[in-house]
Amino acid sequence: MTAPLLRVEDLRVTFEIRRAGDLPWSKPRLLHAVNGITFDLQPGETLGIVGESGCGKSTLARALIRMVPATGRVLWQGKTDLLSLSRREMLKYRADIQMVFQDPLASLNPRMTVGQIIAEPLRTHRPGLSRTEVRERVKQMMDRVGLLPNQINRYPHEFSGGQCQRIGIARALIVEPKLLICDEPVSALDVSIQAQVINLLDELQRDLGLAMIFIAHDLSVVKHISDRVMVLYLGREMEVASSHDLYSDPQHPYTQALLSAVPIPDPKAERAKRVIPLEGDLPSPMSPPSGCVFRTRCPRAGELCAAQVPLLTGQSHAVACHFPGPLTEALAQPEPA
Amino acid sequence: MALLEVRDLGVSFETPDGTVNAVNGVSFTLERGETLGIVGESGSGKSQLSFAIMGLLARNGRARGSVLFDGQEILNAPPKVINPIRANRIAMVFQDPMTSLNPYMRVSDQMAEVLTHHKGMSRAQAVREAIRMLDAVKIPDAANRVHLYPHEFSGGMRQRVMIAMALLCRPELLIADEPTTALDVTVQAQIMSLLAELQREFAMATILITHDLGVVAGFCRQVMVLYGGKVMEQSPTDPLFETPSHPYTRGLLRAIPRVDREGDQLESIPGSPPNMTREDRGCPFAPRCAHAGEDCLDHLAPLTEFAPGRLRACNRSLEEIA
Amino acid sequence: MVVDSTKMQRLADRLAEQEIKGRSLWADARARFFHNKAAVGGLIVLVLVALFAIFGDMIAVWSNEELDFSVMGQVAELGGPSIANGHYFGTDDLGRDLFARTVQGTRISLMVGIVGSAIAVIVGTLYGATAGYLGGRIDSIMMRTVDILMSIPYMFVLILLLVMFGRSMSMLFIGIGLISWLDMARIVRGQTLSLKHKEFIEAAQATGVPTFTIIRRHIVPNLLGVVAVYATLLVPLMILTESFISFLGLGVQEPLTSWGALISEGARTMAYGTLWQLGFPLFFFVITLFAFFFVGDGLRDALDPKDR
Repeated sequence: MTAPLLRVEDLRVTFEIRRAGDLPWSKPRLLHAVNGITFDLQPGETLGIVGESGCGKSTLARALIRMVPATGRVLWQGKTDLLSLSRREMLKYRADIQMVFQDPLASLNPRMTVGQIIAEPLRTHRPGLSRTEVRERVKQMMDRVGLLPNQINRYPHEFSGGQCQRIGIARALIVEPKLLICDEPVSALDVSIQAQVINLLDELQRDLGLAMIFIAHDLSVVKHISDRVMVLYLGREMEVASSHDLYSDPQHPYTQALLSAVPIPDPKAERAKRVIPLEGDLPSPMSPPSGCVFRTRCPRAGELCAAQVPLLTGQSHAVACHFPGPLTEALAQPEPA
Repeated sequence: MALLEVRDLGVSFETPDGTVNAVNGVSFTLERGETLGIVGESGSGKSQLSFAIMGLLARNGRARGSVLFDGQEILNAPPKVINPIRANRIAMVFQDPMTSLNPYMRVSDQMAEVLTHHKGMSRAQAVREAIRMLDAVKIPDAANRVHLYPHEFSGGMRQRVMIAMALLCRPELLIADEPTTALDVTVQAQIMSLLAELQREFAMATILITHDLGVVAGFCRQVMVLYGGKVMEQSPTDPLFETPSHPYTRGLLRAIPRVDREGDQLESIPGSPPNMTREDRGCPFAPRCAHAGEDCLDHLAPLTEFAPGRLRACNRSLEEIA
Repeated sequence: MVVDSTKMQRLADRLAEQEIKGRSLWADARARFFHNKAAVGGLIVLVLVALFAIFGDMIAVWSNEELDFSVMGQVAELGGPSIANGHYFGTDDLGRDLFARTVQGTRISLMVGIVGSAIAVIVGTLYGATAGYLGGRIDSIMMRTVDILMSIPYMFVLILLLVMFGRSMSMLFIGIGLISWLDMARIVRGQTLSLKHKEFIEAAQATGVPTFTIIRRHIVPNLLGVVAVYATLLVPLMILTESFISFLGLGVQEPLTSWGALISEGARTMAYGTLWQLGFPLFFFVITLFAFFFVGDGLRDALDPKDR
């Protein structure tokens, strides 16, 4: 077996939170945004990362490309630990890992033309190219993502949201990366436009053999596009499995609750569906519960859960739970109607 | 008599770039205790529609047509007529709870103010009622939390506070404009089931405005699909999802990935949402429609009933788009 | 390999199509600016004043240093504005041509204003953008420096400088330049802080664009709107400062003059019935300040997309 494209081992991101008025020498409070994440990503594979707000999914993405300081190891192609590189050494790898952002318009500089925006990574990583070459490549890429190349001199505000996201995708792909990180790429788009962008990403990924990390809070979108899916809660992995296994046979109570909450655009299915309610609110990430972070809201939680952090176990279908099990068990006690 | 009767409602805005027709010829009737879902994407005019009903349009906005609430005309009605109705009988819940909660006032004061002002209760009475209402929206420990400030609640709890405030005067009509869009799925599920429960309990007519067909499927009896300010299709919920009669609704349903099915290729709708300053002729969906012809750019067939309770506005017959 | 010929053809066609010219935010702003009547009026006034300052010399019959001995001593009677003797604006108390002196005063006042705000724009923008973008300790040190400089009573220091090192144009520029950029640096830093977290900055960082290229390519162009507005409003402030100093008699030195100096002289002789000596410089002073404020307001409306 070849080495994975990306191997992430025990990735941690900790923020120091200082309250206003704290003295400079007082001890800051620690917020563990990402807490010991481990996964492999094969070339050409799509890993979906889902979780609710505050679960650390965006921070995880930014930690991989060193936009936030992190500890642990991020092995690129089995050889290079990205986290140990100097800024200058890292530059070489930035072309290989590109990112697509959530807000299509905000991710484009309003004062630059589309051509300048898409060309920016090229100018950074291939300084040898002539202006005409750059322009040619930009036009080809625009055509590739479904934009008219003759619009190269237009400005972002002259495009719709969906088109802006295509510009963002073109910018990410122009340096021929091996890994594309998409942070909520469709959540700001209209429903009818989401499908366009998802299909485009799907197609580009297949044609270019890209590996992709697809972050979203929308479980149906993630299911559609991912080969494997990781569920995060308060900065920790809850469950990782192939897309099919995770959605058809979730083992972790949190995954089950999450899935049951997704509204289905079909009245009959929606009425037949049983929502597993989650008790209470998300705990503060500043003071997460001891043991399993999900235990305060978990229907299966026992004493063990408070005492011990469950480890992620299992090969193809990994679960971090002391009492994993299929959905039927979770509903063993019928809830009063 | 129907609780709410909207006839040929239109909303337009005067802007420096010309007149923008946000809503065009919308008609519907809402009986007491009924639920109507208004579905649309950005630019469909769904929010402006509710603002027009509430008389809350921006200053450059004009509303035409007629809105009868319990037999009384409230569209463009003088404040003397509309204020008591707006205060007591119609309530609204917004996407962002912080827009309607005063961040500098305790929740108890804000809720009590509504009651002392509109119902003439004493303050102690009003606070008791506020606590009862927070209980009704399932805020744990309501008696103590009523004295907190809005920012001390989490997003989902804040939305509950908003709903409690909206329900204080026991409205007959609740308009919920994207009430769960800013929330996580698990919280969304809680809020929607809460709304459904309260809707039954208080027998309120409810208009749910959203872009999420899944939310509509679970909550509404009737659905209206808006596109570019015009009604595309209006129908009871079940048949709409089973046999959508309009190319737009069809396209939309096929473009949504689903958790409960294995994913095949999504069928996307080509093109972009309509530009609001376009001319007000023809079918707004025509530029993106696979079945559109020249005629669709010029005129749009009126909304007609093709099956009991089901209306569609399309120049093509059902057979033609099958 | 099978080449999809229709697809290739389509691609070729599309590549050959005429490139559409984009409409930048600047072009939008320009259109909005020219719709604003007050701002355009202000701009016209400014252009006229500038033309007056540049070409006024050519119309002048007298130079600004010549004394007209025919009116000397009888300025109140003979020195009034007149086309016949070439003193369009009359003469000053010493019999010098007020027209020529106003031309010269306009030049110097405008120059002080423009140089002052140019220093503010260049130093303030770079300083503020750097501090805001780098953040952390560097930001703290840079901004505390600004705070300290701001806490110095600058008018007092400026007067001291002028008294100690003698009154000269260069001293005046140094003095005004020293203080003018501080506010600008603060404003720019604030704007940079909010820009810094925009996604397009993140995108540039993720690609590995070098820090100073990000500041130059992404931060500064997006700051220019605010900077332009503030700079336009800063020019009249600089002119006011200079006038104040000159009014106190510490500004430019004879035979050079400025609006402030002229107004000061005019005010001193008001009682002798030579009102034109006050009126003409004051007129230019007032219309220029108004024009700058109108243009500044117009720019702000044009560049602020929130008002749309």
